Formats: sequence, structure tokens, C-alpha cells
Amino acid sequence: MNDQQALYQYLLLLGDSPMILGHRLSELCGHGPSLETDIALTNISLDLFGQVRNYFQYAAKVQAEGKSEDDIAFLRLAHEHRNVLLTEQPNTDFAHVIGRQMFFDTFHQLLLEALRDSKDEQIAAIAHKSLKEVKYHTRFSSEWVKRLGDGTAESHRRMQDALDHLWPYAGELVQESPLEKQMKQQGIGADLEQIRPLYWERVNAILREATLEVPENSWFQAGGKKGIHTEHLGYILSDLQYMQRAYPNMSW
Amino acid sequence: MTKEEAHIRKLLVEVTDPEIPVLSIMDMGIVRDIEIQEEKVHIKITPTYSGCPAMDTIAMEIKYTLEQAGYPTDVELILAPAWTTDWITENGRQKLEAYGIAAPLEESADKQALLGRSKVVKCTNCGSQNTKLVSQFGSTACKALFQCLDCLEPFDYFKCLK
Repeated sequence: MNDQQALYQYLLLLGDSPMILGHRLSELCGHGPSLETDIALTNISLDLFGQVRNYFQYAAKVQAEGKSEDDIAFLRLAHEHRNVLLTEQPNTDFAHVIGRQMFFDTFHQLLLEALRDSKDEQIAAIAHKSLKEVKYHTRFSSEWVKRLGDGTAESHRRMQDALDHLWPYAGELVQESPLEKQMKQQGIGADLEQIRPLYWERVNAILREATLEVPENSWFQAGGKKGIHTEHLGYILSDLQYMQRAYPNMSW
Repeated sequence: MTKEEAHIRKLLVEVTDPEIPVLSIMDMGIVRDIEIQEEKVHIKITPTYSGCPAMDTIAMEIKYTLEQAGYPTDVELILAPAWTTDWITENGRQKLEAYGIAAPLEESADKQALLGRSKVVKCTNCGSQNTKLVSQFGSTACKALFQCLDCLEPFDYFKCLK
């Protein structure tokens, strides 16, 4: 892979996780457990999609094949997506939604903090911009994990169930793929080796405060970054890409 | 400032944020650069939030307004430096308050709220300081939702973004 192709793939990797998570959150529009949480989740979804557009607009420019951000978002197949498996997990209940969000936000904030120093000016600009928004996301999701974990017997049980279910997907975020290693060496990508201990430290602190039991398992599901996904992604894409597939080249 | 630029600035004051129609894009600090070239006017704007759906409309409005006045225009969206609420002018803050949206406080006030201490956002309806944060996320990306504990009215707060 030459430098330009690697940069293109890295931009997909940066954009795909927030895109799939943003889509999951958008499914909750009008279905949140309360008006305020509903609005918050859709606000977060909107922020994520805004950030994804910035990555994909840049990716289209790097690719230089005359394609648009929409081609990148709506016309790739499942195995061409580089999002982590965590983001595909379904909206089982609010505890699952907020647990998934807490893992992602905690990582996302650390990632963006690191990407501010990217040698690639556009990635650094996107990181600076996105970070301001993501701080609000982290605050929201970590507070809710604590509130549910340290809440009633029922909310604690559900939050613990969600944590146990999501835990195997929590490690992939900080596992360095060959592409990420290559980008790190070029001074463009973030150093996941440095982010990893901080990520676990923050996650554990949140879970401790939430009085939740941290699972001991340290083997994690992975594959998303190289295009191997859970069965959920196919269903997400058939929904997400429906308009472009049914009416090719349609635009608003 | 040339006469031409002064005229363009005056025209841009008429362009407003469709989500907060009392606020001019000049008061918002969205316009970052005005470059007058021989054949075209080049305007650089920056989004308040990445996902702000108003940006396309704002870009179109700028182009339309200036071209109506005889200035062929290009609008470019830039991301760096990232927008901050500090760029809202004093005039803009007053208009926000008059419209019923509390203007952003210092970042330290938002941090106080994070630590569980309440920040004082004055009710835009009755002026009471006895208010509470209902949600960090409001009707648009840039706003949080507050409620006055005296007059009981809900109101928007333009969150601090630095």
C-alpha cells in the first residue's frame, strides 16, 4: 500500500466507527427512555455524523477518483468497513446503549487528543474540532453508567448485564492494527500503545465508581479494523444504504 | 478597510443563522476571512459544530446575498482554528439574551457544573439566578436545556465551547 492509499484507508478507519455508532444512535430517535436522553443521543449522533463527513470529504479528496463523501458512506460493502465491532452492537436496552457509548467515548476522547498532534494538518484540524464536542459525549455517557450502576437494584443488574455483554468488544478499540502502526510511524496516526493504559485506567475508574464488577476476561473480540464483522453490520448497512442502492446517484 | 470590504461586511450582517434568526453570522464569529480578488469575493466560514445542519444554508445565503449585490462569490468551509463561543460578539450575546437564549458563560462555570456545583445561568424569562440544568443537550447541538426554579419556565443556554 502506498502512502496515499494508506492515508485513505486510515481515514476510513477513523470515520467508520463514528458512522456506525452514529447510525445505531439514530435508530433511537423518538425511542429514547426520556425526552432529554432521546435528544442527547440524537445530538451525539449528529455530532458523530458531522465528524464523519469531515473525514470522508477528506478521504474522497485523497482518493482523487472524483468520488464524493456519499460514495464512501453509502456504497461500500461490509468487508470494506473498518469500524470496531463494539459500534455494531444492537440497542438492546438503555444500559447497553450507554455502556457501548461510554467505552467508545472514553477511547474517542483519548484518540482525538492524540490526533491533534498529527502531521497531517487536516486530521489535526478535524481532531481539534471534534474533541470539543466529544468531551460533552464522554461526560454524558460516563455519568449515566455511574447513575445506573449505582442506582436501584434493577438498574444495577441491567447495567452489569450490559457490561458483561459488551466487555469482549471493549478491547479492540486499543488494539493496534498494521495500518494504525504504519500511520503512527509516519507521524500521522495516533499511538494506541500510549492510549491503551489511559483508556483502561479511565474505564476502570468509571466502573468502580458505578459499583460495577469489572469482568476478568482479558481476551477480546476483534476483526472490525480489517473488515471482519459481526452479523449485525449487514443489517445496519442494508438500512443505511437503502436509498443509494434503490435509487442510485440520488441526492437531496 | 476598503470601501468595498466595508460594503461586503454590511451585507453579511444581514445573513443570519437559520436556527437562531436574530443572530447575524458576523455576530456569531462564523465568518473567518473575507478576501476580495479581482473577479471574485472569497469568504471563509467555519462551523460552530461539526454536524451543524445550518452550514449549507448559511453558505448558500452568503453567496446569494453577495451575488445579488453584484459580487461573484466563493464560500469555503474551513475547520481550523476550531470555532469557540469566545468569538460571539458582545452585540451577539445581547441579542441571544433578548431572544431568550442565555449566553455562554466562562468555561470555568461549565467545569463547576461538572463537579456537581451548580453554575449560575440566569433565567432569560424572569432574571432569577435560581435555575437548574435539565440536560447538557438541547434543541440544537449548540444549546443546553435549563429550567428556572422560580418562574418554572424552561429555557435554552448556549453552551460554552472552547
